[in-house]
Amino acid sequence: MSSASPAVVRLERVTKTFPRGNVTALQDIDLELRPREFVSLIGPSGCGKSTLLRVIGDLVEPTAGVITVNGKSARQAREDGDYGIVFQEAVLFDWRTVAKNIALPLEMLGWDRDRRRARVREMLDLVELGSFGDHHPWQLSGGMQQRVAIARALAFEPALLLMDEPFGALDEMTRERLNLELLAIWEQTGSAVVFVTHSISEAVFLSTRVVVMSPRPGRIAGIVDIDLPAARTAETRDSPRFFELVTKVRELLRSRGEHLLPEEAAALE
Amino acid sequence: MIAVVLAIVGLWELYHWIWATAGWTWPFVVNDTSMPHVWTIFKAFGEPAQVNQPSLISVLLHKTAFTAKEAAAGFGAGAVIGFVLAVLLVHSRLLQRGFLPYIVASQTVPILAIAPMVVVWVNPKLPGPLQGWGAVAVIATYLTFFPVAINTLRGLQAADPRALDLMRTYGSSRWSVLWKLRVPSSLPYLFSALRLSATASVVGAIIGELPTGLQDGLGGAIFNFNQYYSIEPQELWATNVIAACLGIAFFLLVVLAEKTIVRRAPEHVA
Repeated sequence: MSSASPAVVRLERVTKTFPRGNVTALQDIDLELRPREFVSLIGPSGCGKSTLLRVIGDLVEPTAGVITVNGKSARQAREDGDYGIVFQEAVLFDWRTVAKNIALPLEMLGWDRDRRRARVREMLDLVELGSFGDHHPWQLSGGMQQRVAIARALAFEPALLLMDEPFGALDEMTRERLNLELLAIWEQTGSAVVFVTHSISEAVFLSTRVVVMSPRPGRIAGIVDIDLPAARTAETRDSPRFFELVTKVRELLRSRGEHLLPEEAAALE
Repeated sequence: MIAVVLAIVGLWELYHWIWATAGWTWPFVVNDTSMPHVWTIFKAFGEPAQVNQPSLISVLLHKTAFTAKEAAAGFGAGAVIGFVLAVLLVHSRLLQRGFLPYIVASQTVPILAIAPMVVVWVNPKLPGPLQGWGAVAVIATYLTFFPVAINTLRGLQAADPRALDLMRTYGSSRWSVLWKLRVPSSLPYLFSALRLSATASVVGAIIGELPTGLQDGLGGAIFNFNQYYSIEPQELWATNVIAACLGIAFFLLVVLAEKTIVRRAPEHVA
């Protein structure tokens, strides 16, 4: 990590315009992510939160602005494999076993077989899938598949973890359990996390900071510092402070006068 | 499998019996020459085709081995050429636009029309041990490479775009994207092409033998027995049965290879 910049991610006046339909997905985004921070991006559909994540990962090129990841250009950071990513779907390779899926990034980084095997074992235990290494992805439930995707993303101990609505396709029960598991994993690995979500309560529960975005053009409407105790439990969701913070995020979302889509309205409940 | 064979035998004899008894002449007159009995055909296997020669079955098995060699060589070469073409095309839009129309056009030329030319052009260039059958293998290659190239190209392009993104996040080279993602996800497409090509290569080998005048394979045998059809129809039919078995064997070998190589969710099987 560069000593010149302690920030894991730094965005300066980042703008992204899609030529088709001349849509401004992101406008003048400034954001800095410190090591071990857990930052959620929340906002209605079309606010550019997923685009922002993809810009950080250099999967989408910004129209203007500077992005620094781990003190390098976003391109360099991607080519060096500096971050792990988890999508809404697990995107596991069907032809590989669970263990081999987790080993994929390690193979790309040129780890030898013994080192790979040892790390895969650790990761399987971390996501509590110890006995499923030899299974194939289609033999697992959606929640288990997503845990494999998280293990794969964290296997090489990246300083940064990008998560694009990773639990969006799961049922509420599974989602809440995985929220707790994710926090435990984050506690152990110490990666900084950028987490895109539709759910206010999920964002507040997980994060150290919640970045509220508004659409057309996509920009940051406000940032809410989450000052809940660091050790979050299922009871955290019942604490008065939790409700205050949820309300604060909700009001920021509303104050932009944006219509909420049904799933966002549901998230307000 | 056995049920299918029994059903075909049953239908054959039933058709023969109905048409012969009723005396129907449409679409063709049914008698023991146009449709010899199944038992006549199978009895022919045990009898010599010509006086003082080994039994028909042993002659046919030798010819089958010869044709199988041509078909297998053609199939192997065609599969490799088709696969390499697909890999080249998936990496270059320019090549794809420039090459693909010619690849498609190559298949509009009837195989029987170019077979003699292939023999004239290719045969003199072949080293001694390949003389004759090598040219026929080239014809089988010509029928094989096309489905493999087209299907594999589709398969290589069908890789999940999110999985491609994932590979990009590892800074993967084109080479590792090809072998770790594109090729594995193209396997169901590749194998459905190989199933087609397996039978096509046998067809190509048999057809290729006709204009080359080769007498060592099934194509030569079919050509020969066809000339004596009015006297001994069962010999041509016996040859056809063997030729069909060869095609089926090729097909089954590919299916077997697919079963052992392709591991994936049941609902993904193409």
